Amino acid sequence: MTATATSARSDLSELGRSETALRAFLHGLPGVDQVGAEQRAAQLGTRSIKTTAKAQAIDLAIRMVDLTTLEGADTPGKVRALAAKALRPDPADPSCPHVGAVCVYPSMVPYAAEVLRATGPGRPSDGPGPGSATGRPSDGSEPAGGAAPTGLGGVHLASVATAFPSGQAPLEVKLADTRAAVEAGADEIDMVINRGAFLAGRYGEVYDEIVAIKDACGGADAGRQGRPRAHLKVILETGELATYDNVRRASWLAMLAGGDFIKTSTGKVPVAATLPVTLVMLEAVRDFRAATGRQVGVKPAGGIRTTKDAIKYLVMVNETVGPDWLDPDWFRFGASSLLNDLLMQRTKLKTGVYAGPDYFTLD
Amino acid sequence: MFEYAPAPESRSVVDIKPSYGLFVDGTFVDPTDGGSFKSINPASEEVLAEIAEGGSQDVDRAVRAARKAYEQVWGPMPGRDRAKYLYRIARIIQERSRELAVLESLDNGKPIKESRDVDLPLVAAHFFYYAGWADKLGYAGFGPDPKPLGVAAQVIPWNFPLLMLAWKIAPALATGNTVVLKPAETTPLTALLFAEICQQADLPAGVVNIVTGAGETGRALVEHPGVDKIAFTGSTEVGRAIARAVAGSRKKLTLELGGKAANIVFDDAPVDQAVEGIVNGIFFNQGHVCCAGSRLLVQESVAETVLESLKRRMARLRVGDPLDKNTDIGAINSAAQLARIRELTDAGAAEGAQQWSPPCELPERGFWFAPTIFTGVTQAHRIAREEIFGPVLSVLTFRTPAEAVEKANNTPYGLSAGIWTEKGSRILWMADRLRAGVVWANTFNKFDPTSPFGGYKESGYGREGGRHGLEAYLNV
Amino acid sequence: MSERVAVRKTYKLFIGGKFPRSESGRSYLVQDSNVSLASRKDARDAVIAARAAVRGWAGATAYNRGQILYRVAEMLEGRREQFVALGVPGDEVDAATDRWVWYAGWSDKLPQVYGGANPVAGPYFNLSAPEPTGVVAVVAPEAPALLGLVSVIAPAIVSGNTVVVSASPAAPLAAVTLAEVLATSDLPGGVVNILTGRHAETVPTLAAHMDVNAIDLTGVTDPELAADLEVKAAENLKRVLRPADHDWSGDPGLGRMTWLLETKTVWHPKGV
Repeated sequence: MTATATSARSDLSELGRSETALRAFLHGLPGVDQVGAEQRAAQLGTRSIKTTAKAQAIDLAIRMVDLTTLEGADTPGKVRALAAKALRPDPADPSCPHVGAVCVYPSMVPYAAEVLRATGPGRPSDGPGPGSATGRPSDGSEPAGGAAPTGLGGVHLASVATAFPSGQAPLEVKLADTRAAVEAGADEIDMVINRGAFLAGRYGEVYDEIVAIKDACGGADAGRQGRPRAHLKVILETGELATYDNVRRASWLAMLAGGDFIKTSTGKVPVAATLPVTLVMLEAVRDFRAATGRQVGVKPAGGIRTTKDAIKYLVMVNETVGPDWLDPDWFRFGASSLLNDLLMQRTKLKTGVYAGPDYFTLD
Repeated sequence: MFEYAPAPESRSVVDIKPSYGLFVDGTFVDPTDGGSFKSINPASEEVLAEIAEGGSQDVDRAVRAARKAYEQVWGPMPGRDRAKYLYRIARIIQERSRELAVLESLDNGKPIKESRDVDLPLVAAHFFYYAGWADKLGYAGFGPDPKPLGVAAQVIPWNFPLLMLAWKIAPALATGNTVVLKPAETTPLTALLFAEICQQADLPAGVVNIVTGAGETGRALVEHPGVDKIAFTGSTEVGRAIARAVAGSRKKLTLELGGKAANIVFDDAPVDQAVEGIVNGIFFNQGHVCCAGSRLLVQESVAETVLESLKRRMARLRVGDPLDKNTDIGAINSAAQLARIRELTDAGAAEGAQQWSPPCELPERGFWFAPTIFTGVTQAHRIAREEIFGPVLSVLTFRTPAEAVEKANNTPYGLSAGIWTEKGSRILWMADRLRAGVVWANTFNKFDPTSPFGGYKESGYGREGGRHGLEAYLNV
Repeated sequence: MSERVAVRKTYKLFIGGKFPRSESGRSYLVQDSNVSLASRKDARDAVIAARAAVRGWAGATAYNRGQILYRVAEMLEGRREQFVALGVPGDEVDAATDRWVWYAGWSDKLPQVYGGANPVAGPYFNLSAPEPTGVVAVVAPEAPALLGLVSVIAPAIVSGNTVVVSASPAAPLAAVTLAEVLATSDLPGGVVNILTGRHAETVPTLAAHMDVNAIDLTGVTDPELAADLEVKAAENLKRVLRPADHDWSGDPGLGRMTWLLETKTVWHPKGV
């Protein structure tokens, strides 16, 4: 528990150099009692969020949605429609905020970028612009000619790279995948960790790969400009990690290797995001910031379909890590159908009448 | 900042009458001398109802009714029929649980979250569990045909009014006894609603009698010569007085009294769950819990981290309206209890311990005490020895497992203890040595009708719950 | 030729595995012998010895305690004639020996019969197991001198309690002789301590003693004394066994063992 035990900032940057040190560190983290963690998550789930608090939560949740389509059947048309919806989720209500990001396969990035960029800067945006002062710590000046997020109307463009969802491809392929997505305009890369290596205890391998992808997030300029153009979300695929102890270790491993976000799931295995898994990850980012001073975001993805679910996550963020993370820069929902439910609930709150799915766009 | 809007549970679900009589022989009756007292809502000091105060004649009437019911109806009744009445009661409690939960929170001050999610489910489960025993007593290990004792006098506290009622009445009835129960004077309302449930269940008259009142009523009940069994839950002081009062009599006595439990956190604990366990251990039910983990024993090497996490967590506790669904800590049950908490915390500060509470706004009316921890506490401090029965945690440190055991056992009490460590063999080593009736390892304040509960040493004798709980009501 | 002059025995107390005289230096004449007349301080010393023995005895394995109780039976069997010479009927000695054998077998079965897993409604391992309550003061019955004594000592110690016994004032020789049996039976010192003398002198001290966990009033014949002792016992909430008529020849049942047990219930979550 050395890492969390200290309130003084620690330099953990050397850990990645030695497999032994990395293992000792990860196995020295405090354990997670499954029953206790699940009970805490369930307790937070009983919070009753009503009226003004609910309205506030719904708008925040909309701004946190990574509106996602990751199907083999995705087409440019589908992606364009999705990007349009991301910008203007409820065309009938201009006060409705835009979502946090659009999330697509690398081959679909140009089509999404085309829609998002066309809207140009200065679009109404409820959220702080990406790269704003309160925003990400690694953001400074955007590289010239890069896919500056501000060019995307406030909506980020995320792409799942690294041979998503299995991650079973040679490193070179994954790096090329990543660079291509960045070059095509993605400003967020969602990578998957090598679960096989992690479960086999080859933490160094997992670490090195994350470092390499993080480097590739600089696109073709990687290593020259010295500054990544895209943020890295590291998918732990918690459904395959089997224990919360592993989730905690994988979270720390991803953060130590430079991940800007840790994300639960690809959405392509039977168990996706859950409240207790997210709780363990939130505790990890909280402890990591206490130890290093660096704040890392969290993204539960998959299986979050209703407003009620989303609000439970927001309550959990609020009561576990506090308001610092209650911002699209630090918390996202990887979801597709969630957005429409949020919109329906939003309308219900405004009008007092229950909404129906026919009144919200399908994309 | 994400502020939760008020989310009050509706109190319209429960209909509180302006006044209540005593429940004797199946009906509500006025007390002989007409005395009464008021039950108030401790969160607002609003009067909820006028309650009859039972005198010695009323107690006598209730004991006679119970005796008659024991001899003529309940004693001779086959176990399978007693079982069906208890199952009925369990079902009615489930059906009316929201009403009972709201009433409990109004009268006691506990958060609706707890009365709804903890007390009421356990109450129903307790009746359901003991219902099943009624026709199986011959298999309980007390001989082929164990007999009931007769009339049970039961005196219960105000911290879990309905749950303590269930712990007392369910096993007593299952084994064939009849009861006269005295609820605490600050929390009589759910017991009186339970009396209505008995009527609704068509429970034969006199099997359950509820006599409301304060200490004198309880004394009259305990000392009544027609009583065969006394079950008491409450303070060690009163328990001692009852033990003296029954000396030389044939009355069988079980006592569930105070505690000063150690919650022991080792350096290899699952720290986030341990912090939850500490919070649950001492702030659950405003700390009005006899088995509360009121002494935190934390290994020196992690004391700072654990305290830091604990304070951060305490800052998230929501203190306020018990009926708000998001309230974590409700009102202190009475002005007297609040005074007691203040007296002991003042003593803690005066004796040099450092007091800390998160910033929290307390309502103006009603009885409130912010969640509090004391650090720099030693075994010699009053706050480390005396039961505070409030949301106040004393933090002590230790260096080795043996020292933790020694400090944990260094108290006249022995009700419960907590151990937090990821090392299995250490849990078992510790559990063997802790002199406490319930040991929670990597969890705290868990209850179940199948699980025996009760103390060592001055925390009382006898067990409630499980097969063991039958013994208190059988002539064995 | 003169007849051999017999060596007479001095009957002393049995405290902490040793045979001291009363610290008061007093004795009384009973059963044609001078027997130590125990004082309040002897009672106090006996409690200290009993308390000191708790950790080792309660911590011993049940198998070990069972073997030692069985060893007591073996030793008693060998001394049958000695008890007969004191006036204990031979069949009473046999019954007392058999009682030790019966209780010896309970040491490792009582926790199984009296404890067990509880099926709680949640993801928890939950086990109740009995433990000894600690130091027990015992007022031995007046009669039968040996069987009555064995019938109150054996059930108390089989589970790991230690005892301070106030022996029958009128027939203490069987008690002191039993002490000699115990002293040669691998029973650790202090597990059984025997005081001879007057109940009225030592038992109130034991009843009021704050380091005694339970008191067995079986041998108290005066109801007023019994009530007074119970009042004293309430001070630290001792477990109390009230006086009652006993048929010492019948099946003892579990009651004399279980009233001296504390049930400890341990919870632990089940998770990965």
